[in-house]
Amino acid sequence: MNTGTAFTPTPRTPATWSERLQRLHIDLWLLSLLVSIGIVGLVTLYSASGHSLDALLAQLQRLLLGFMVMAALAQVPPDYYRAAAPWFYGVACVLLALVLVLGDHAKGAQRWLDLGVIRFQPSEMMKLGMPMMVAAWLHGRPLPPSWRVVLVTLAIIGFPAVMVMLQPDLGTALLIIVSGGFALYLGGLGWRWILGALAAVAAAAPILWYRLHDYQRQRVLTFLDPERDPLGTGYHITQSKIAIGSGGVFGKGWMNGTQAKLDFLPESHTDFIFAVYSEEMGMMGVILLLTLYTLVVGRGLFIALRGHDSFQRLLAGSLALTFFIYVFINMGMVMGLMPVVGVPLPLLSYGGTSAVTLLAGFGMLMSIHTHRKLLSS
Amino acid sequence: MNSYDALKDLYEEKRNFSSRVLVAAIVLLLLILLLIARLADLQVLQHDYYSTRADDNRMRVVPMPPVRGLIYDRNGALLAQNRPSFNLEVTREQVEDLDALLEQLTPVMGLTPGDIARFKDRVRKTPRYRGVPLRTNLNPEEVARFEINRYNFKGVDITAGLSRTYTMGPTASHVIGYVGGISEADYAKLNERDYQGINQIGKLGVEKSHEEELRGTPGARIVEANAAGRPLRELEQRPGAPGRNLYLSLDARLQNIAERALGELDGAIAAIDPQTGEVLTLVSKPGFDPHPFVEGISTKNYRALQNDPSRPLYNRALQGTFPPGSTIKPFMTFAGLLYGETDNNQRVTCNGTYYLPNSSRKFRCHKRTGHGSLDMPWALAKSCDIFYYQLAINLGIDRIDEVMEQFGFGKATGIDVPNERSGLLPSRAWKRRVRKEPWFPGETLNIGIGQGYWQITPLQMAQATARLAMRGGGFEPHLVHAIEDPLTGNITGVPAKPLPPMPEREPHEYDDVIAAMELVTHSPGGTAYRIGKDSPYRIASKTGTAQVAGLSQADEDAPELNATPKHLRDHAWFIAFAPTDKPRIAIAVLAEHAGHGGSVAAPVARQIMDQYLLGKVLYATASLPATPDEPAAAVEEGAETEFDGFVTPSERGLPPPATAPLLTIPAQRPPAAAGENPADAIAVDDAEAGFQAPPTPPPVQGDSVNPPSEDDPTKTPAPHGDH
Repeated sequence: MNTGTAFTPTPRTPATWSERLQRLHIDLWLLSLLVSIGIVGLVTLYSASGHSLDALLAQLQRLLLGFMVMAALAQVPPDYYRAAAPWFYGVACVLLALVLVLGDHAKGAQRWLDLGVIRFQPSEMMKLGMPMMVAAWLHGRPLPPSWRVVLVTLAIIGFPAVMVMLQPDLGTALLIIVSGGFALYLGGLGWRWILGALAAVAAAAPILWYRLHDYQRQRVLTFLDPERDPLGTGYHITQSKIAIGSGGVFGKGWMNGTQAKLDFLPESHTDFIFAVYSEEMGMMGVILLLTLYTLVVGRGLFIALRGHDSFQRLLAGSLALTFFIYVFINMGMVMGLMPVVGVPLPLLSYGGTSAVTLLAGFGMLMSIHTHRKLLSS
Repeated sequence: MNSYDALKDLYEEKRNFSSRVLVAAIVLLLLILLLIARLADLQVLQHDYYSTRADDNRMRVVPMPPVRGLIYDRNGALLAQNRPSFNLEVTREQVEDLDALLEQLTPVMGLTPGDIARFKDRVRKTPRYRGVPLRTNLNPEEVARFEINRYNFKGVDITAGLSRTYTMGPTASHVIGYVGGISEADYAKLNERDYQGINQIGKLGVEKSHEEELRGTPGARIVEANAAGRPLRELEQRPGAPGRNLYLSLDARLQNIAERALGELDGAIAAIDPQTGEVLTLVSKPGFDPHPFVEGISTKNYRALQNDPSRPLYNRALQGTFPPGSTIKPFMTFAGLLYGETDNNQRVTCNGTYYLPNSSRKFRCHKRTGHGSLDMPWALAKSCDIFYYQLAINLGIDRIDEVMEQFGFGKATGIDVPNERSGLLPSRAWKRRVRKEPWFPGETLNIGIGQGYWQITPLQMAQATARLAMRGGGFEPHLVHAIEDPLTGNITGVPAKPLPPMPEREPHEYDDVIAAMELVTHSPGGTAYRIGKDSPYRIASKTGTAQVAGLSQADEDAPELNATPKHLRDHAWFIAFAPTDKPRIAIAVLAEHAGHGGSVAAPVARQIMDQYLLGKVLYATASLPATPDEPAAAVEEGAETEFDGFVTPSERGLPPPATAPLLTIPAQRPPAAAGENPADAIAVDDAEAGFQAPPTPPPVQGDSVNPPSEDDPTKTPAPHGDH
């Protein structure tokens, strides 16, 4: 639907919603998919939070803010992002360093930075800064990248990742590494590098194990055997599996899930909201949600393929794949496929920063898509 | 980098990029398939398992304990009930500073450090939103004092519960029993489903033997609860059933009189309605207060009760075993009549001593000077030992056993309260099995006068007396008369179990014995004449003295009563039934270490019979004076009308019983015609199968056959005269 402009006799009069939005630099596909997911999220949140209207309104506010940020960022031409990438990345790095020095403590980890006016997590900024930086860095280089370029890229990825890990916030560090890694992978990183990296990770796992914090180690152990400590660390996973499993194919129905309503499921409206959704909507509902997410990723990859230059392709591709990683990690964790890491389910989990960051990423995706069109016409 | 290179790179880059996206998309789809596979695993394959887990999570069973059944006496007087009790409870959730609160409460409610320590321990184990008892069983004054100060104490409440109460306190405590906390040993035996929400169980007496009926069935509420366990809504209610009410055959007034009549003495009394086997009174003194057991007795107090030398916790009426002494003589007489070894005309000459054939061993009568010439009825009335030595030898131990076993000696009566003992009926077989010795004829003599190996409970004695009174009929003694379902008001009678009829050879054997027993009470010279001489009704009775086991069998001289330490003194027995022609009460009294049956135990029995048959006590003793005379107290009529049996529940305004009427007097065998000469009785046994005397009795055994009432001529006669 976004094709076929060349042969229309009256190209100046927009005929479809799609075209009208295109002018506003909004992609109808992404917008409708994201809004649908957002609505599913609000509906689920209302049930998961125990019919809390306050939580619902707060989340609605955040989503609206996110969509506004998205629309605003979509207006900026992609070249500006490329130009701003080193600065944005640099500032994010400095703020991350500041967090380590004077950050606020929340739940035993230093993640927040209080700038007086606004209190936020610089790691969220890095989630966008990383793919921008890697894409911008690789943009001017011949691809596939030479080994020198790869080494510099690894440094670009590694430096902030280590700082986030030190906070410590393993989940976000993972996402930051993944987003930079995807850009590098899409840039044509040699398969030898990739296999080598996987081998290195496997070799480093035992060393990493000893470097992990106690609670992180507990999470891994719990993942391997949740019933090991059913009332302690395994409780989350056991209860979320009970919620999902008891949902069955068709679910217990909206607001009929007992696991969340009766407080058996902890974090039921944040990281574990997927368990509530699965309990109430069943397997059918989950497949619908997965389809929505897959379509979002697919649209993102489509935009990446149509990207005008390396920066646009790598940034768009990285953002789309990272979005999928969010979904996969969260669902995998809630279903007991992987250890518990603090990764929210995009647009469903209650919480401000992550939704806004994600939607900001989609703003850049829209910018890449819509400005390419105008430029070519 | 020139533009040609750049263009070439651009084309190459785009191609490379597309292939990278393709690989990523394939991996991505594989990961999605992995998620869906896991989803199917959880939501389809393991759905049932997780559904159950989810239900287990949310559903809680809240037990609703049933109300324990009440216990009434035969007249509908309440013996055991559930009294509302007030407890002080604190809900932790509503209290900000627990220590400050306890400090404030201490002067108001008189809390002890023990209360506070127990409370704090319980708080730790209880969810915060649930009340924890701080003090139990508040008295009305304490309740009032708290209510006045209530506004000071947020989170503190008075809650009502039920606590088991025994209206008569220590009276009949052995029979009614008590409830107490369920112990580990109890739990091992019971089905925990039956005790959901119940924390007490019958420990003794009827409370224990009828635990099933009294307990009822616990109900349950299935509630949905949240993760903290707080119930949110009720899903289902499973109704339980309250415990059944019991009507005992016991007469509370009679029980009271009986305990008072016994005065300061320790002992036991069993009184049975011979027409039904209903136990009218079952006394064991000293008694104990059951309430400390209900509230949870302290180890110290429990040990004190257990170590009390007078053993208040032990039910002498069922668990105490004693030699019957001369009270065995009516039964011996019956055995003699049955086997034709005696009759009304048989005469013996008592000169105070008796020798076994071919033996120089001397057996004495309790009257050293001898009774002179006596016929059978007078031998019983004066309790002549010589007559019964002769009778025992003639009968032989095997025939004695046969008859005594039918009277119920040596086996538990089967009364419906626990811990009854069977006692001991000595026999050849028993001695061979336990002592690994043959039976010696001298022992038969001892058995004949109720001494030696005999062990008999007062209840067995009362039952045997009742059988005699019923001329060989009679019923198994029982305490629970009827069971009431409190929901429907239906009352089910507990049927009386008739005992197998005793054998008889001639129809008048029972009446001969009974006539002789009447002489005991109603003829001057009878050992219990003091209670019979002014009695308005006819009493058949027998006195007795049980040798205390502490007395060595080898000791030829029975010690003097007053010179003996109390715990070695003989026990006084008395058995009786009345009225003799139409018996309504059969009674056995045992007074521990009291000496003589006639002077101590007989007045107690007379007072009980007075109360039961006349409704008032005519015979006065030091411990229980006569009931003050009321004008126009129609003695005999009163016995017929006022006190004839039960006030049935239907008479108390309850619906009529579903089954047979409560008081069913079973068909009675016609009493044998009295006064017939049992001359032909002799024909029965020339065989003497029962007694095979060894040709030469072993010489040693003589030392063990010394009757306890026999006095050494060199000593002052012991006052054992009124056997």
